[in-house]
Amino acid sequence: MLDLLISTLTQGLIYALISFGVYITYSILDFPDLGVDGTFPLGAAVTAVLLTQGVNAWLTLPISLLVGALAGLFTGLVHVKLGVRNLLAGIITMTALFSINLQIAGSNLTVDRGTDTIFTSAPVMALLGDMTLMGRKLAVSLVLVALVKLVLDAYFRTRSGLLLRAVGDNADLVTTLAKDRGTVKIAGLALSNALVALGGCVVVHEQRSFSATMGTGQLVYGLAAVIIGVSLTNFFAAGPLARTLRKTRALRWLAHPAGTTSVILGSILYKLCIQAALSMGLPANMMKLMTAALFLLVLVVSGRKGEEIIHA
Amino acid sequence: MLEIRNITKVYNPGSVTERRLFENFSLTVEEGQFVSIVGGNGSGKTSLLNIICGSIPIEGGDVLVDGTSISKLKDYQRYVSMGRVYQNPAAGTCPNLTMLENLSLADNKGKSFNLRRGVDRRRAEGYRAQLRSLGLGLEDHLDVKMGALSGGQRQAVALLMATMTPLRFLILDEHTAALDPKTADAVMTLTDRVVREKKLTALMVTHNLRYAAEYGDRVLMMNQGHVVLDRAGEEKKNTSIDSILGMFNQISIECGS
Repeated sequence: MLDLLISTLTQGLIYALISFGVYITYSILDFPDLGVDGTFPLGAAVTAVLLTQGVNAWLTLPISLLVGALAGLFTGLVHVKLGVRNLLAGIITMTALFSINLQIAGSNLTVDRGTDTIFTSAPVMALLGDMTLMGRKLAVSLVLVALVKLVLDAYFRTRSGLLLRAVGDNADLVTTLAKDRGTVKIAGLALSNALVALGGCVVVHEQRSFSATMGTGQLVYGLAAVIIGVSLTNFFAAGPLARTLRKTRALRWLAHPAGTTSVILGSILYKLCIQAALSMGLPANMMKLMTAALFLLVLVVSGRKGEEIIHA
Repeated sequence: MLEIRNITKVYNPGSVTERRLFENFSLTVEEGQFVSIVGGNGSGKTSLLNIICGSIPIEGGDVLVDGTSISKLKDYQRYVSMGRVYQNPAAGTCPNLTMLENLSLADNKGKSFNLRRGVDRRRAEGYRAQLRSLGLGLEDHLDVKMGALSGGQRQAVALLMATMTPLRFLILDEHTAALDPKTADAVMTLTDRVVREKKLTALMVTHNLRYAAEYGDRVLMMNQGHVVLDRAGEEKKNTSIDSILGMFNQISIECGS
């Protein structure tokens, strides 16, 4: 039971990386990027190949970020420079990537036990060698996700980050600030897809396998995590506990969790729900149906239904 | 000097709904001039502003600043020297960003949007001083999200933002139309002050004939893509609101409305 909880928690954390990416496109940029379903396995394919080739485990992280950014760049260019609608631009990337991913990986790939992943690499073993593999997975994922969260939070506060948020909020205003909204969108898509590919990368480290179809439903997962997380924190921020927290200066920050914190919580919660359903005897083949049903439930309950956009 | 030279603007070209708005339309606005533009719906007022800002394409002609064509410049490139306030108060600010973040964005216009801090708290006192001068009590609400403010408050902030950094041209597109009379007056007074203080060349489209008569040093009346009244300087000062209204009614009768 405890093992199951730890592994679900780990999964929730790793998938939060994908949700960060979805958060940037869907919540901040107001761009429903279907390319996610292709970028996630892209990061996974690249990582699986690199690991089987004996490349250093840690090196696969920046490489995945880079290839993900390239995929996002492509979606962005198709949308901005060729004037293709956002939904269709994502679909084009997603479809093209399905073949590209298979070209990269050859077929479904398994990373054998002898190959070091980030969870079994020398520096991690030196630090956390006493822990079980499961504990190490949780610890490493936690550090990784926390690190990405802090970097993102810091980025959103920079001039560039502020402009990114402004484009999703009021693109016409950005034009009057003498900035090309298209360039900002492209940069945002690159950042988002970089994070999604990083998620795919870490998933391969965790489960030691790549399959061509692993991308299916990842956007829905990310959207659900984002909407659950943001809805819950909004609910919390309007509640009595947050009101009490606001009264104390030292605790005030707790009353307004950052968007990225909400996303992590949403991701963990969503994984827990799915895991609970599986534990109660839902066949694994039914998982995507379950994911979709749960997403629909979240949309209806949160009252968002997809048309209202959430922001940082 | 802003010059519009022989422009042609056709809406829906080639279709049954084709409408030729401008045909060889020309207009010259002197440096530092504050021009009010009035006219009925569909007279081409807003189209004119959109053409100057590059928001819509033109079929012929040229837009020039100091004799140099800016027709090849994209809209965002033209805004380097232009500021714009729209009719819709929501259009000039980001509703989900705080007022401080909005003002910081405007303050960074013309600079590189790099990885330096987006909000410089040291500038907050300066923002507060500017907000205080509006007299709307906004100076204590820097951390409030823009969307929580009223239309008038947002429009005043939008005007501040549009004119925060050095600029030459201010484009006002019915920017008081969505406000209640009292707030509209406040925003109009502020507009006049900013234009004078910063010595801007301003084009203001308005449906308020009183504003057109009272403010600015040139008034244009447009009808179906033509300037039907153009008064500047002393002549403008002696133009009463009644004579503008009279002219306006005359056009309306001619159009059969």
